[in-house]
Amino acid sequence: MKPLALLATLITGALLLYGTADFAAWGDPQSPPNSNISVRYVEQAVKETHVPNIVTAVLGDYRGYDTMFELVVIYSAGMAVMGILRRRED
Amino acid sequence: MRISVQETRDRIPQRDIILESTVRLMVPFIQLYGLYVIVHGHYSPGGGFQGGVVLGASVILFALAFGLPASKHYLSEGGDILLANAGALIYTGIATLCALLGGMFLDYSALAKILPIDPISWRSHGIFLVEVGVGMGVMAIMVSIYWDMASAGRLDEGL
Repeated sequence: MKPLALLATLITGALLLYGTADFAAWGDPQSPPNSNISVRYVEQAVKETHVPNIVTAVLGDYRGYDTMFELVVIYSAGMAVMGILRRRED
Repeated sequence: MRISVQETRDRIPQRDIILESTVRLMVPFIQLYGLYVIVHGHYSPGGGFQGGVVLGASVILFALAFGLPASKHYLSEGGDILLANAGALIYTGIATLCALLGGMFLDYSALAKILPIDPISWRSHGIFLVEVGVGMGVMAIMVSIYWDMASAGRLDEGL
């Protein structure tokens, strides 16, 4: 089973590395992530949410769905660890 | 006279006054700082995740210094699970409440129908309420994972 797991890890890693080739160039002001939605966040976030910290506004409001499932992921991880490890000596 | 490793270990005192006094002094300030990081997330770096981890770390530090059962005396097993569930439920509950009140899912401005203040301000307050939920959940889960990992799930002595 171990060679199979290693193979799966290597293939997944290679695929992920291959995927990074399509990333936008780092720091390029013309790249889609930098020219599309970020401009709107920077200009409108304080007006639309009254939160001076734009990071918090994006995290909690615009990307609230993402943050919600981040919490759910942590919650599920904790419950999984609890379910696997916790035992009671009766 | 030679003494065995086990005997040497037994001679080391299990309770260390310096360690315990330091931790006793530090834990309240760490917890205060964790609360500060959560509530000040609107104005400075921070928020629910970071503040929750700081709060969880304070309990873990306490458990390292005083032993795992001592930390369970302050944050019970059931209370920890309750906190984790309440944290996740606060977030999803507020999101659902927004949808039930006629807004979009997670659109905090819909909460203005409950407490009539400016909808834009409600978006700010909604983020805060949600961050509190995140902080509670993250803190409880950090402590719970430490308890399980450190004692192999028996929650008896820990590291």
